[in-house]
Amino acid sequence: MKPGPELPAVNRVTRHAVLGDLEPLREVTIWFEDRAVKAREGEPILSALIASGVGILRYTKNGSPRRMFCGIGRCTDCVMSVDGVPGVRTCVTAVRDGMRVERQEGVGRWAGEDGRDGA
Amino acid sequence: MERDTRPAVVVGAGPAGLCAAIELKRAGAPVLLMDENAKPGGQLFKQIHKFFGSQEHRAGVRGIEIGKDLLRESLDLGIDVRLDTEVVGLDPNLKVWAVEGRRRSYTLDASRVILATGATENAVPFPGWTLPGVMTAGCAQTLINVHRVLPGKRILMVGSGNVGVIVAYQLIQAGAEVAAVIEAAPALGGYGVHTAKVRRAGVPMLVRTTIVRAEGNEGVERAVISEVDGKFKPLAGTERTLDVDTICLAVGLTPSIELASLAGCRTFFVPELGGHMPLHDEFMRSSVPAVYVVGDIAGVEEASTAMEEGRLAGIHAAFSMGYLDSGEMERRTADTRRRLRALRQGVFGAKRFTAKERILAEKEKECP
Amino acid sequence: MPMSPDAPDASDRTLKTLGAPSLAELRAAGVVPSREELAAHPCVCVECIEEIPCNPCETSCPQGALTVGQPITNLPVLDRQKCTACGLCIPACPGLAVVIKSLEGDRAKIRFPWEYLPVPAKGDRVEMVDRLGNPVCGGTVVSVINPARNNRTAVVTAEFPAEYVDDVISMRRL
Repeated sequence: MKPGPELPAVNRVTRHAVLGDLEPLREVTIWFEDRAVKAREGEPILSALIASGVGILRYTKNGSPRRMFCGIGRCTDCVMSVDGVPGVRTCVTAVRDGMRVERQEGVGRWAGEDGRDGA
Repeated sequence: MERDTRPAVVVGAGPAGLCAAIELKRAGAPVLLMDENAKPGGQLFKQIHKFFGSQEHRAGVRGIEIGKDLLRESLDLGIDVRLDTEVVGLDPNLKVWAVEGRRRSYTLDASRVILATGATENAVPFPGWTLPGVMTAGCAQTLINVHRVLPGKRILMVGSGNVGVIVAYQLIQAGAEVAAVIEAAPALGGYGVHTAKVRRAGVPMLVRTTIVRAEGNEGVERAVISEVDGKFKPLAGTERTLDVDTICLAVGLTPSIELASLAGCRTFFVPELGGHMPLHDEFMRSSVPAVYVVGDIAGVEEASTAMEEGRLAGIHAAFSMGYLDSGEMERRTADTRRRLRALRQGVFGAKRFTAKERILAEKEKECP
Repeated sequence: MPMSPDAPDASDRTLKTLGAPSLAELRAAGVVPSREELAAHPCVCVECIEEIPCNPCETSCPQGALTVGQPITNLPVLDRQKCTACGLCIPACPGLAVVIKSLEGDRAKIRFPWEYLPVPAKGDRVEMVDRLGNPVCGGTVVSVINPARNNRTAVVTAEFPAEYVDDVISMRRL
């Protein structure tokens, strides 16, 4: 599959009256399905995706879309498949260069796992 | 008195836990501070507003700076801070079960355990509440102030307590537009100075108003709100639609008492402080000897009160482990209690003070 | 509790229903300076009428003109005789509830706290707003200061027609 164009960071708060200008950090590239997403080193996957305008992070087994709810690791609304591991809380998992992040359906499936999705 | 050389384990490196660990270490007691997150500070680093209180409470200083100072102090003292470490178990004999980096699991025996596990934001279900774009106010606050990402452009804030109005203000500061702050009660909940600064920024504040549903296909596109009667039931014919892409819920917090329950701490229901919480005495000791509870787990208040509670427990734990004599313990906790008392006065604080007194009385009655 | 003759009636109490205090509520709290006072000297207006535990206005004042005392939930009391209108209390107030107003002929001036971007610049034409956020008149920015001691709360001074002096509290975001 040919990679799509990079998703630009459209939702960054680059300037702020109290916090000042966003300090430059080393950039890492993660993959959201076939799109490259530039992330700030050390930030959670969730914020990199939201910064790039990703609206849906997973679907329930009934196909209902989900994004995020608590943002601090409590609620598991934002779980995705990360490097083949489903159910990873993206709000408390830091980005890593080359990381592959995919939407899951239901509880998702492990890389290489055949058959239907879980419940 | 023989000194207990087994470590005191502090669970949670937010404002309460950091202060507890600092007081323990300062007294020379062995302490481990554990936090499931990659960075310490808890929710302090999203508090970018200037704090209330007086100079001794660091009033006028922004929460984020107080957080940095506490981290610096804990580093200077050489506190053993274990990050990425989730405490998943605790028994009444103070065996602590921790999982490090989501991979390595170990147990250790603590001499004292101080639970500073905080609170969890409440949800309120309504049709459409699972749509992308519905989130807690704290979620939006973390994104804008810690990760510097705007979760939406036009926002409805549900709930007018301090969390709701402070986050509404900070969303405007981050570049969003707040379409309205709604409140089901007949009166706004937050400090008047907070509501006033949001109101003069042009944000309507609607009391006796609730959210009826969120609409949209792949995410929130509209919010339908309605007036309510005295029993919080929507009034027919008062529905209005707001074009928003984000709905933030600021409808209270509930103490995170899982570990306290595992340890067998007796709980008590105090609705004005967030629900069920462990009983505690004036030194923040729970019903299980040697388990302390501090900060939001002991009743949802504020970072400034959480820090003082952490100090109280840290000082007392150091004393009970043999690292402070009773005179020194009394002297240090007297200062802390005086500062704490100052924060629990006035129209807002008195209610919390009375609730806290009920917890102490119940503890005295149930487990003297 | 006996009602003071100045107490606003229920319809004028808007702090807890609309989010901002009405003039009647502020007058009842004694924090609205008269036109005469405003014409005589710049007047600090501390629009803090709820008992919250907070006293940085008191500790920020080099003249001892603002008193909260003990307990720190007392409402601040201003001694206009001592106040030099230096303005240090404006960025010190965590509630952003302090402004300084004055009247000079047919023009009014206000100094108010500002924590948004963009920060206005001297000479900018701006829209002044009332406590409910409604635009009330045009204004001109006279100065903007944000020294390090303000800790990122800028203080903007703007002038506008005198007749709106009671209602104006800030400006609309740029």
